[in-house]
Amino acid sequence: MATVDLKEVKKVYPSGVEAVKGVSIAIPDKELCVLVGPSGCGKSTLLRMIAGLETISAGTVAIDGKVVNAIGPTERDIAMVFQNYALYPHMKVYDNMAYGLRNRGTPKDEIDSRVRSTAKVLELSALLDRRPRELSGGQRQRVAMGRAIVRNPKVFLFDEPLSNLDAKLRGQMRVEIKNLQRALGVTSVYVTHDQLEAMTLADILVVMNAGLVEQTGAPLDIYEKPASIFVASFIGAPPMNLLALTGSSSGPILADGTAIGFAPPETPAVTLGFRPEDADVTFNAEALPGALVLPATVEAVEPVGAESFLHCAAAGSRIIVRVSGRATAKPGDQLRVVAKAEKLHWFDQAGKRVD
Amino acid sequence: MIGQSPLRTFIAHAVLILGILIVAFPIYYTFVASTHTLQTILRPPLPLLPGGQLWNNYGEALFGGIGRIGGVSVGTLLLNTTIMALGVAAGKIFISILSAYAIVFFRFPLRMTFFWLIFITLMLPVEVRILPTYKVMVDLGMIDTYAGLIIPLIASATATLLFRQFFMTIPGELVEAARVDGAGPWRFFFDILLPLSRTNIAALFVILFIYGWTQYLWPLLVTNSNDMNTIVIALRKMVSFADADTEWHLVMVTAMLAIVPPILVVVLMQRWFVRGLVESEK
Ligand SMILES: Nc1ncnc2c1ncn2[C@@H]1O[C@H](COP(=O)(O)OP(=O)(O)OP(=O)(O)O)[C@@H](O)[C@H]1O
Ligand SMILES: [Mg+2]
Repeated sequence: MATVDLKEVKKVYPSGVEAVKGVSIAIPDKELCVLVGPSGCGKSTLLRMIAGLETISAGTVAIDGKVVNAIGPTERDIAMVFQNYALYPHMKVYDNMAYGLRNRGTPKDEIDSRVRSTAKVLELSALLDRRPRELSGGQRQRVAMGRAIVRNPKVFLFDEPLSNLDAKLRGQMRVEIKNLQRALGVTSVYVTHDQLEAMTLADILVVMNAGLVEQTGAPLDIYEKPASIFVASFIGAPPMNLLALTGSSSGPILADGTAIGFAPPETPAVTLGFRPEDADVTFNAEALPGALVLPATVEAVEPVGAESFLHCAAAGSRIIVRVSGRATAKPGDQLRVVAKAEKLHWFDQAGKRVD
Repeated sequence: MIGQSPLRTFIAHAVLILGILIVAFPIYYTFVASTHTLQTILRPPLPLLPGGQLWNNYGEALFGGIGRIGGVSVGTLLLNTTIMALGVAAGKIFISILSAYAIVFFRFPLRMTFFWLIFITLMLPVEVRILPTYKVMVDLGMIDTYAGLIIPLIASATATLLFRQFFMTIPGELVEAARVDGAGPWRFFFDILLPLSRTNIAALFVILFIYGWTQYLWPLLVTNSNDMNTIVIALRKMVSFADADTEWHLVMVTAMLAIVPPILVVVLMQRWFVRGLVESEK
């Protein structure tokens, strides 16, 4: 149905704020692209430029190969789901969904059949005569989705659509959005700052920071090979453990003097990282060749049920280790944290990945 | 409730009833006077109970015509005043909702300048600019016309500001949703803004209707002929310095009739306020 291509897109607000500093993303047909990043990194601004709600300062946005910089949101044939749903308060659910079609001059009976079939898919059939204020948050969210779907647009745009729902409902809707998007095969751009949502929804994940793209790729590729310290610490919960390195005559050592115990990558690295689940703890003192071994003190234990997180002080910083099931360690225990060499991530002076 | 003990309730009610009596008594007395003959009114004391002249007096005033204002009937006066009050209220709402719409939702050069220009007119009430306005009306030949009564009063900075305040509370997302849904400026205005403003319009309508109904200075200047008078002006003209010259029974009837339409408007529109208050739009 449609591809979305951004080429060196920039946005400078009249106030002088440079919110987006040159972003290029190519989204293939039928795929769901998630923009994720911390607050204020320019995600919404980028999405609104794709929607046509914000002018584009430089670069091009193309939908289906056609540059749309100069045309308005209506002609771009996109539909948007807003964070606060933006339902028309005075209109019934039915009219909320029908409004966009009416403005496009769709015949009445076609509007009716499309609204009713969309309502059926979203389980809104019983609510068509209600007004938005008579709906729960989750139902309003569905209506907002319905309003987008019923138009059958080329592109769906979502701006943090689930952030007003409780955790459980958010989980449900996440799955539902993914299934709907796949079933309808509509190219979508989805903005969130929740990395879990980003990981589970995305076909293409775009991690943004301060108006720039840090990394683009499949979610698991990004998780396994974060391109920078920023991505490494943003994607994954709890975040990756990062340790500073200093040089010595025998190669890099940890900041507190602990030797690494095996050959580091050839390119000089100043930061070393490993994910909480890639480390283990041991009370034994045997030699472990080919692994990073850190003497550590347990500071806190967080049992979550299926797993526990040990917060430890090691090599002069705090690190988190994930152990499955119930943890045997208690706060105050002295133990050793072990991470296999091949599970380590290395970053250079500029924070970029080194292999 | 604050007072729970019977004594407190009693005192509270007593105070309320006293208040109502103080406010209502003059109106009641006017009504009583409007049901007696002129002779009864002129010979004190005025009875406390209504007399038997109700139909005679009201019939004479409404359909017969009143001598002191050139034989014009109160019916004509009511019609004039209604046209003027409706025109002023509708005109003010129309003008101010459009200007607020422009100022809040459109970006055009000198937008803030226009806003301040409108704002500044708040400091120039009708009385201040009455001479130039009168001259313009004379030059345009609008003396003794409904247009002359209405048009100079319909520019309203207050209503514009109220609508502006309300429009600014409409979330940006809603405006954008409408744009994405293909609603142009007119569609947005009629399909979304106007329905959302219903309660505001109703409230303003009541206030402005009463404002128009009670206008004194401007109708006094711009209407010369008796059959273009508003009821307030006519009421003034009916009263002569000499008691004997004044048809007090008809004055009382006119006064009673003058307060009926504003009360009707308030009562009929009350439904809207209550609705606006209880179901706040989300
Ligand atoms: N209308 C505006 N005028 C000026 N600056 C703006 C405007 N809108 C956003 N900005 C600025 O642009 C930057 C990016 O904002 P944006 O809303 O795109 O962030 P975001 O990534 O969506 O953040 P969040 O996750 O908090 O929604 C911010 O620094 C913000 O202050
Ligand atoms: Mg945002």
